[in-house]
Amino acid sequence: MDFPYLSIIVFLPVIGAIVIALLPGANPRRIKLAAAAFTAVSFFLSLALFSMFDRSLDGPQFVEQLSWIPAINVQYFMGVDGLSLPLVLLTTFIGFVAVLVSWNIDLRVREYFAWLLVLETGILGVFCSLDLILFFIFWEVELIPMYMLISIWGTGRKEYSAIKFVLYTLFGSAFMLVGILLLYFQAGTFDMIALAGMGLDSILSSMMAAAIFFLIIIAYAIKLPIFPFHTWLPDAHTDAPTAVSVVLAGVLLKMGGYGMIRVAVGIFPETAHSYAPLFVVVAVIGVIYGAAMTLRQTDLKKLIAYSSVSHMGFVLLGIFALSQVSMTGAVLQMVSHGIITGLLFAMVGLVYSKTHERSIPKLGGLVRQMPVIAVVFSVAGLAALGLPGTSGFAAEIITFLGSFGSTMVPGIHIYTILAITGIVLGAGYILWMLRRVFYGPPRDEYNGVPDADKLEKAYIFAFVAVIMLIGLYPRILTDVIKLGIQPILGVFYG
Amino acid sequence: MDLYLLSPVISLLALALVVILLDLFIRRKWILGWVSIIGLIVPVIFTLSLWGRNETSFGGALAVDHFSLFFHLFFLGVAALVLLSSTEYARKFAAFRAEYYALILLAATGMMLLASTRELISIFVALELTGISLYVLTGFLKDPKSSEAGLKYLLLGAVASAVFLYGMALVFGLTGTTYLEGIAAAISAEGLLDSPALLMGIVLLVAGFGFKIAAVPFQMWVPDVYEGAPTPITAYLSVASKAAGFAVILRVFYEALGPASLDWGMIFAVLAAITMTVGNIVAIAQKNIKRMLGYSSIAQAGYLMIGLAAVTTEASSALIFFLACYALTNLGAFIAIIAISNKIDSDEISDYSGMVRRAPLYALALALCLISLTGIPPTAGFMAKIYIFSAGVNAELLWLVIIAVINSVISAYYYLRVVRVMFLGEPVSKEGVHASSGLRIALSLSCLGVLLLGIYPWMLMKFAETAAGIFLP
Repeated sequence: MDFPYLSIIVFLPVIGAIVIALLPGANPRRIKLAAAAFTAVSFFLSLALFSMFDRSLDGPQFVEQLSWIPAINVQYFMGVDGLSLPLVLLTTFIGFVAVLVSWNIDLRVREYFAWLLVLETGILGVFCSLDLILFFIFWEVELIPMYMLISIWGTGRKEYSAIKFVLYTLFGSAFMLVGILLLYFQAGTFDMIALAGMGLDSILSSMMAAAIFFLIIIAYAIKLPIFPFHTWLPDAHTDAPTAVSVVLAGVLLKMGGYGMIRVAVGIFPETAHSYAPLFVVVAVIGVIYGAAMTLRQTDLKKLIAYSSVSHMGFVLLGIFALSQVSMTGAVLQMVSHGIITGLLFAMVGLVYSKTHERSIPKLGGLVRQMPVIAVVFSVAGLAALGLPGTSGFAAEIITFLGSFGSTMVPGIHIYTILAITGIVLGAGYILWMLRRVFYGPPRDEYNGVPDADKLEKAYIFAFVAVIMLIGLYPRILTDVIKLGIQPILGVFYG
Repeated sequence: MDLYLLSPVISLLALALVVILLDLFIRRKWILGWVSIIGLIVPVIFTLSLWGRNETSFGGALAVDHFSLFFHLFFLGVAALVLLSSTEYARKFAAFRAEYYALILLAATGMMLLASTRELISIFVALELTGISLYVLTGFLKDPKSSEAGLKYLLLGAVASAVFLYGMALVFGLTGTTYLEGIAAAISAEGLLDSPALLMGIVLLVAGFGFKIAAVPFQMWVPDVYEGAPTPITAYLSVASKAAGFAVILRVFYEALGPASLDWGMIFAVLAAITMTVGNIVAIAQKNIKRMLGYSSIAQAGYLMIGLAAVTTEASSALIFFLACYALTNLGAFIAIIAISNKIDSDEISDYSGMVRRAPLYALALALCLISLTGIPPTAGFMAKIYIFSAGVNAELLWLVIIAVINSVISAYYYLRVVRVMFLGEPVSKEGVHASSGLRIALSLSCLGVLLLGIYPWMLMKFAETAAGIFLP
């Protein structure tokens, strides 16, 4: 086995959490620096991984494989391919930035950063596991940190939102576990790569394949979330502390999309094909319903949260249009949404920390007090509505072109066009929100409110740089993503 | 007749007598606790020296095999942890400390016998030895609650014994023997499978054992007894007594009633579904942490019974593994509760408010154990559930596994509620919690075990597989 890059990237944050828990003295600054150091190293290592990744091979790379629980044939099996690598990079980036976003936390600092780092390990593990049980374990590891982070450091109805998040997730994963076990006894392995190569659709009866497919996909449908399983999302996002909202929107939702592609569609492509119309319809409903709900929000944070429901509809559409282009677009959309919405939540956090106000009608004219925040918020907003030159445009255009050109789902043209109306609505709620918050007559009560400080500028500009980079040169990711998508849809396209 | 095969049991019995006798001669009573703990090394050594032997003695009434030796070690380990966690608590018993320790050892003796006998009358004697020791221990506090608990446990226990005896009588009447092997042979030879009397006998045996493992509808005693008993004894009851019940069930049903496995497999499947659901739903409403853990232990018995319902070697192995994980977890939870309750003198969940700031390590340990009971990784409880659920799915009990996973979600609600109170609530006072060294050792051992089994379960699984290997369905 080569140098275990993946294990180090995945477990560095949790080691950081242990170090933070044991760090002598209660100096908050040292705790924050330690958290930043561990997440930064993890981020740079994943950057190194990205540059070392061989773009001419499909299949997993940097593989680590050990027998772990022979009684039920479970392995410690890690690896990344074109599908997971961008998400790993996204997670380590967001993980590092989340520490910076949390720099002003002063309540129970040690616990906060320890949980935040454990959370990062859980999410990274999901993207790197190639054994279903290992995958499931990481999938569950994220629960307790998330529960603690929302319910201790959150705002509003935080305890309600936290337990709602946990119960929704547990409910989904309960069924996923049954599905995984059922799959194991049909196929004899938990190895995700082997399972995907078996062509289980034709080996199993269509009843059994569909049963396993739906048992497993519930968890991802809740996580992504797709309509009508989305109701935990606005609560959790709104009541979570800023950095946790950034992580939630930035990467946690992507676990759902990733699971759908890797496990559900990847192992049962034919079954996915049979039920694709159902999912495409749900996707369109999600896009339009989410956008409509967003339009009527008056809480800044809730508005961004609902926009996620709408944007995740695009991801679902791209996945179940089942063309290589659309699915590549869906993955790019996951990464792009992670960056854009992460930035939007960070900006909401900044606005709130300066003005102590999140209600849109009570804000106004802030561009005069905080020009930098206003400009960056606007850039993020424009990226969210898909302005050319930003990652949002690249991701959405690829998704829509791919879906429109797909031959796999009857009537996909109409669904795609319907979904595109989501963009129009998106332009509506984003621009309207920007106008009400930043423009218009200045308000006296916000006189003397400060703009972003140096650290804040550093991380919001980093976000903007990534948005621009992907927007101007999407091939940097799509070349990699395609490698991961090709084998999954190989059944249909040879 | 090889008495050496009985050496672990005999040495443990001797230890109990030594503790009582020492009481007459020494004045510093705290020594007694440590004598019983350190003395446990002797039976452990005897057990290890027997490892690998597969023999019977006393005309086939006593078996020394991997299964019984595994459970010898199991009960010795649990007794050690319970004794460690009692060293401080036992001060409440003033003059009766020696009897308290000796009774714990005697109960363990009974349970070790229970795991190794293969004859109905010996089983009954072992059951009574365990039971009577535990009845006395339950009432040991001698306050109204504890006495009521002891009496309730005694009366209901006696009823269960009677039911069990009646079942034994039916089986004996049909087959003409009390030896488990003989019973199995007679059932196959005489074609008794369709006999309603045999089914009746099985039902009565299930009822008798159901009392021991606290399966619904034989669980009525649990909440009151758990609440009233001294907390270390509650821990002992919830772990060792339950495990002994499962051990003897495995022994009797596989060795004697193996041919009728279709019948009892189904009975256990239905009982499992009812038990876990009732346990979890009633647990939600509990305000006293010992009562809540009482109902939780009922629910856990439900998950454990999946291992009986799926009649395969894999399922028995999963059951044994689950028992070990559950023992560590539940003991850990109770030990943390003993430490905290010693200080705050209350078992109400609301009084645990803000405990993480008064006693961070104890609160974290309790949280870890509750997370393990929920079955969230990386803990022993998760591995146990994966293993037993996969055995269930493999035995085509998908419906039962689905009920079980939904129950796990329900259980998250009340387990996490305690975590929430401890981590989110405001502390009532700033006073910290200090516990005796015995408690601290016991707590670190069980928490380490919970984590270790959650990360590297294979060693113990292999052990469990060997132990279960003696049963062929």
